[in-house]
Amino acid sequence: MRRGFAPWTDPSVRPLVRFEAVTKRFGGVVAVDRLDLDIYEGEFFALLGPSGCGKTTLLRMLAGFERPDEGCVRLGGDDIARVPPYRRPVNMMFQSYALFPHLTVAGNVAFGLKQDRVPRREIEARVAEMLALVKLDGMAGRKPHQLSGGQRQRVALARSLAKRPKVLLLDEPLAALDKKLREETQFELMDLQKRLGTTFVIVTHDQEEAMTVAHRIAVMDRGRLAQVATPQQLYEEPASRWVAGFIGDVNLLEGAVVAVDAQGVAIGGAGGRRYRVAAAACPVRPGQQVAVALRPEKLRLAAEKPEGVGENCVAGRVGDIAYLGDVSLYKIRLDDGAVVTASRANASRLTDRAIAWDDQVWLTWTPDAGILLTG
Amino acid sequence: MQRRFSAFNVVSVALGLAFLYLPIAILVIYSFNASRLVMVWGGWSTRWYLALLDDQDMRDAAVASFAIATASAAAATVLGTCAAFALTRLGRFRGRASFAAMIYAPLVMPEVITGLSLLLMFVAADVDRGFVTVTAAHTTLTMCFVTVVVQSRLAAFDRSLEEAAMDLGCPPARTFLTVTLPLIAPAVIAGFLLAFSLSLDDLVIASFTTGPGATTLPMRIYSEVRLGVKPEINAICTILVAVVAVAIFAAAIVSRRAREGETAGLPAK
Amino acid sequence: MDARNAMSAGWGARLVLWAPYLWLVAFFLVPFLIVIKISLSQAAIALPPYVPTLDLAAGWSGLKTFVAGIGLDSYRTLISDDIYALSYLKSLEVATVSTAILLVIGYPIAYGMARAPRRLQAVLVMLVILPFWTSFLIRVYAWINILQTDGLLNRVLADLGIIHAPVAWLSSDTAIYIGVVYSYLPFMVLPLYATLEKMDETLLEAAADLGAPRWKAFWQVTVPLSLPGIGAGALLCFIPITGEFVIPDLLGGSETLMIGQTLWTEFFANKDWPVASAIAVVLLLLLVVPIAVYQNLQMRSVEGGS
Repeated sequence: MRRGFAPWTDPSVRPLVRFEAVTKRFGGVVAVDRLDLDIYEGEFFALLGPSGCGKTTLLRMLAGFERPDEGCVRLGGDDIARVPPYRRPVNMMFQSYALFPHLTVAGNVAFGLKQDRVPRREIEARVAEMLALVKLDGMAGRKPHQLSGGQRQRVALARSLAKRPKVLLLDEPLAALDKKLREETQFELMDLQKRLGTTFVIVTHDQEEAMTVAHRIAVMDRGRLAQVATPQQLYEEPASRWVAGFIGDVNLLEGAVVAVDAQGVAIGGAGGRRYRVAAAACPVRPGQQVAVALRPEKLRLAAEKPEGVGENCVAGRVGDIAYLGDVSLYKIRLDDGAVVTASRANASRLTDRAIAWDDQVWLTWTPDAGILLTG
Repeated sequence: MQRRFSAFNVVSVALGLAFLYLPIAILVIYSFNASRLVMVWGGWSTRWYLALLDDQDMRDAAVASFAIATASAAAATVLGTCAAFALTRLGRFRGRASFAAMIYAPLVMPEVITGLSLLLMFVAADVDRGFVTVTAAHTTLTMCFVTVVVQSRLAAFDRSLEEAAMDLGCPPARTFLTVTLPLIAPAVIAGFLLAFSLSLDDLVIASFTTGPGATTLPMRIYSEVRLGVKPEINAICTILVAVVAVAIFAAAIVSRRAREGETAGLPAK
Repeated sequence: MDARNAMSAGWGARLVLWAPYLWLVAFFLVPFLIVIKISLSQAAIALPPYVPTLDLAAGWSGLKTFVAGIGLDSYRTLISDDIYALSYLKSLEVATVSTAILLVIGYPIAYGMARAPRRLQAVLVMLVILPFWTSFLIRVYAWINILQTDGLLNRVLADLGIIHAPVAWLSSDTAIYIGVVYSYLPFMVLPLYATLEKMDETLLEAAADLGAPRWKAFWQVTVPLSLPGIGAGALLCFIPITGEFVIPDLLGGSETLMIGQTLWTEFFANKDWPVASAIAVVLLLLLVVPIAVYQNLQMRSVEGGS
């Protein structure tokens, strides 16, 4: 599907969009702080982060509705800071859809083409093509107030793609939809992007959404980039405690480095526990304070104390169990009061739970399951 | 909780509306009274309307009033819409407070003060008073009403529509003409109609600022009314009420149709 | 949105700001300055009927004669003769009392409208606005029809046996109050309605949940929250009523005149422009505080998104 598509790893490929040391302030608040970012052609790129992190500001700078106070924004190598939004080969799908209520669906989709004085025959053909693309054939004559929410969204999408922009910007496009519709639309968006080959940049606060659709995700926090990586890298190799906690659930076990050797890094934790991590992303010295990040599904749950395991093992009591259908989440309270979450797939239909509330359990994991975090 | 439209509420609203409309209704009915005296009902008749047609002075005054109203309403609409944009779109510019103060002052200022001050200025500037001075005076008075109406529409206007237009290649001037203006048109039209009827109706300022040849309808009505009730006056008043009522209904229908469409650009909540 | 990026860049913004601004300076501000100037002049049998006039062609000496001719005579007249003070007091009294009546009558109407089913509300608003758009003069005149000695009110009361001889309703303070309340009712109802309509009904539910009976919830929740509307409506009525001319002239008696009538008489009948101007200046000074409060309320409602 997306195998092999990784232009960011190829040094000979130039990025389509480049933010160079971009800063933007609103009054006294710094919304974007000396940010550098590259986006490559054909990518489905996601800007992810909590509200106020600056992702929407970044998107609007690309669209042309905000101008950076410092730094520059390049499209195809050219500095587009002075180019007004109506002259950029970039189009945006607005969060509120912003459909023109006084125009029909066809009128909305054709709006951008009319500005370029495209001949009428061609406009009609392109509008028909776009409506077919978003599966709204036959709706051309309707007005926006006669459409459902999902249909309006498609019109907004068709309108923003009609001019075949170099980059399509999507500002939280799925926020107004319910879960089922959101999931279906996510797959449709991915499909569309692959077919058209257009570069998509999506802003979202929903990390599941970003993980589903994007080739790469930029996680932002208070105007800075926390990490830019593929979904898998973000999940399995988070760069910091914050990113680890932001993407999915994670358990953080604090400790200090004891030794670094051929089998990995040995860490001493609270209460005499010993952890081992197979590899460290960056070099560490003995004595350094680190954290071992463990995803809930990587922990093995056992009702009896495992034999001969000296490290990567903690004991505790089951405090809470959440049954989610496909998995069950167990909240284990360790002896020192810390709470660890473990998840186990409900592989068998019959709930023959060997583990119940208040049970004494042991959690073990392999050395390559843990991620060493220094920051 | 549904809105509880209790009996007390219904009664208050009904009584209020009755109070508002009763005198007008009486006026309308008596304009068709064949008898000259109010106490005596002489049967239905349109003689007073016909008498109006013969009254040259009244006809001249009507023409003058409508001309002044149209001209001043047009100017007030343009200037008032500009002011509304300045207040909502230009952010906190220097002098905004005093600009706003000047815009809103005519709303409350007693008309005798405004009328007097304008007349004194015209005299000091040695300007002949007549059609132009009354029109200028009315424009000044009604501009602020237009601003209030257009401004409340602008405040509720979805700016992302303008951004969307620009994003699709429309430069700012064309965006204003093809997107903004059509969508605020109902408010602009309502402002025009408001300015028109305020001008048509004004007595005090017109009395101060008019000159020979530009006697307005209210001035003529007033001079007749000082001498007592006259049935012809009932007739002209009924005509004016009918004209305004038709205008308002038209405006309401236009704005309702437009309002339906305008909430449609947004996602269903 | 960055105003600089939007259509308001450059000449568009300047035009939109300066056109109305210059007009208002020319036709609103400057006239006021002239009123102040004339109030400092003396009446004269001349055209225009005051001295001194500012003769710019006479240059510096013209300016000197101008300054020499200025005096506070008109203001002394205002102070010396009682009728002016009485006139101001009467106007303030009429304005205060009628604003209070308008509030008492208008609040239930506005409240009823705000509670009405949504579809009905637009119609109700239109019905309330309609009289306001029809001629002010006509509406006042309509009351003459009813209130005159051989008018409808006397006839109905006589038929009902309540009175035995026609009552002179006209040419009285009562008639003025009726006329004022009738004409200004929409000015009170509409701002009140606008504020009440926005009120969150769940607040009343919360009050009930916490043990407040309906009438207490009304006084402790609804009324305080509708204060901006009350303020706007009250000022929108009080300020113009003080300067009212048409209503007291057509419906009132000749004992004490309201200040609008006094001004009119001084100007048109006595041709004493300086005194008329002085009256206007003093009236304005009396109203400065309410006007400022009103401006404040307006600005705040605009910023709040109105």
